[in-house]
Amino acid sequence: MSTLLVVMCGTSCIGAVAGGIGAFSLVRQQSLLGDAISHAALPGIATMFLYTQSTDPFVLMIGGGIAGCIGALLVMYIMRVTALKRDALLGIILSVFFGFGLVLKTIIQKRGIAHQAILGKFFFGNASTLLWGDIYMMLGVGVCLSVVLAALWHRFVLISFDRAHAHVLGFRVGVLDVVLTGMTVVAIVMGLHAVGVLLMSALLISPAAAMRQWTNSFVTLFWGAVLLGAASAAGGSYISSLGRNIPTGPVVVIVASCAVVISLLFGAQRGVLRGLSEVRYD
Amino acid sequence: MISVYVIVLAVACLVAVVCALPGTFLVVRGVALMSDAISHSVLLGIALFFLLTRSLDSPLLLVGAALAGVATVVATETIITTRCLRQDAAIGIVFPLFFSCGVLLISLFARDVHLDVDMVVLGEILFTPFHRLHLFGIDCGPYALWTLAGVLGLNLIFIVACYKELVLALFDGAYAHVTGFRPKLLYYVLMLCVSVTAVAAFDSVGSVVVVALMVTPAATAYLLADRLHVMLATSIGCALFAAVAGWWCAHIADVSVAGAIATTSGVLFLAVLCCAPRRGLFAHMLYRQEMRKERTLAIVAKYLAHHANKGVTDYAVARDLGWPLRRVRWARDRLSVQ
Repeated sequence: MSTLLVVMCGTSCIGAVAGGIGAFSLVRQQSLLGDAISHAALPGIATMFLYTQSTDPFVLMIGGGIAGCIGALLVMYIMRVTALKRDALLGIILSVFFGFGLVLKTIIQKRGIAHQAILGKFFFGNASTLLWGDIYMMLGVGVCLSVVLAALWHRFVLISFDRAHAHVLGFRVGVLDVVLTGMTVVAIVMGLHAVGVLLMSALLISPAAAMRQWTNSFVTLFWGAVLLGAASAAGGSYISSLGRNIPTGPVVVIVASCAVVISLLFGAQRGVLRGLSEVRYD
Repeated sequence: MISVYVIVLAVACLVAVVCALPGTFLVVRGVALMSDAISHSVLLGIALFFLLTRSLDSPLLLVGAALAGVATVVATETIITTRCLRQDAAIGIVFPLFFSCGVLLISLFARDVHLDVDMVVLGEILFTPFHRLHLFGIDCGPYALWTLAGVLGLNLIFIVACYKELVLALFDGAYAHVTGFRPKLLYYVLMLCVSVTAVAAFDSVGSVVVVALMVTPAATAYLLADRLHVMLATSIGCALFAAVAGWWCAHIADVSVAGAIATTSGVLFLAVLCCAPRRGLFAHMLYRQEMRKERTLAIVAKYLAHHANKGVTDYAVARDLGWPLRRVRWARDRLSVQ
């Protein structure tokens, strides 16, 4: 029972943070950045492991975070100086970094079988091995992110909706962009070891996308995404604990996706059925 | 008996060419991450059809995977047409759902089978020479070579037969639709090609490196080419280079072949990004320097024209414009020479 509680608390924390940051990503049309960063973190984790020989998740996370930040910054920079579009660059960063991670993985493999299991865990995560210490660390990271978000809230909202206006008003749009992207990387990497690559990218997008169908106000979208992220993570963890051998990650993704489908169909502001029933005066 | 290494090299080259073809169209269209989405979603098709046929070698698995890929595209396009979500969010919602369903099915009903997710994601090219195709008791060679050659044939037939229509649909979809060319249908057939390619290739290199080979050579070619057929040829060339160089590096350093291929394609991209003739970073820097020089000369010339009757010192010009003395001196030297 206690294990279930730990897992539910841990995944809810991750879900809440991912949902909140995801609200910004949705508005900035950077939803797939989460997927790219999740994959790009792998070589960072492997390098950190080769460098420090430590299997402490927190240490490995720092490596993953650095790799993720490099990837995200490369995307932003290359977008600015060439005609290449964001989707192609995200695809390149995702696959090339991951490929390099595979190379490092085989190097680690040659040093002994026990070590390569570390990297395998990051792919699907290992929610069942969460400890209270991990929860405290994630809460700490969440609190730090919230403090930065609260301090720079208005600036972040402004650059998400109207970059030109922010630039004209004199805000350092480039710097704020980098900070917000950095926070996205931290939010994703923080959850990677617990829930894995695929789940993090889904948790970033799904709660925000679902909430978007119910509201036009960004504040409601943000808080709704936070709550929905926490709820779908906790619910998914609980459901996966009901059976034998059911992996947590995929169930949480399915729960979150169901929320999105329901919202798409029935959402108050933009749902499909609402659109069908409205009389159109075209 | 052909050496194992040569077979692995042949498979690597074939994978590279097969992926580069549809990848070019994806990059130009702006849906490069659809390749990532499809290569993850095919797991659901494979899992479903495996549970139906209970055999790993059945060709129905290929069919199931292709169907799953098309289903992903259909679902994504449906969400986009409702205009409730934009393209990137729509893609990012559909494929995790399909992939998770696939993983769940495998964990629940196919635990002890070799169909494990690691194989799908990572592949293993070194096994390809040993997995042979046996028809009527005759050893016809590596299974992977046959499937990849078949898929390459399909891709080539589609692209060559519908090339003009594809170009029209790609660059002017509205006009194509109005004149009756069915750009939507072409798009779905292209995505079908991507699905089949992903399935054929990930046995060898895994789903993520399939994405690398589809997107990175095409993006490299985007920086070098102006016309689509040149871009196609360049991306095939870049993909082949990445495959051969990657295979060679993996051979030397004894690391994962798939990972090495992905890494070399990225290194090639970086090199071209810096050195490309008109669109590369160095070219940009040189261009900006040229522009800066022209602007300097123009501004100083205008200033001097303004103050024509007075004898202006360099120092006065520098103070008025707020520039360093060196820059003004250089400009006046260049202007007096002309």
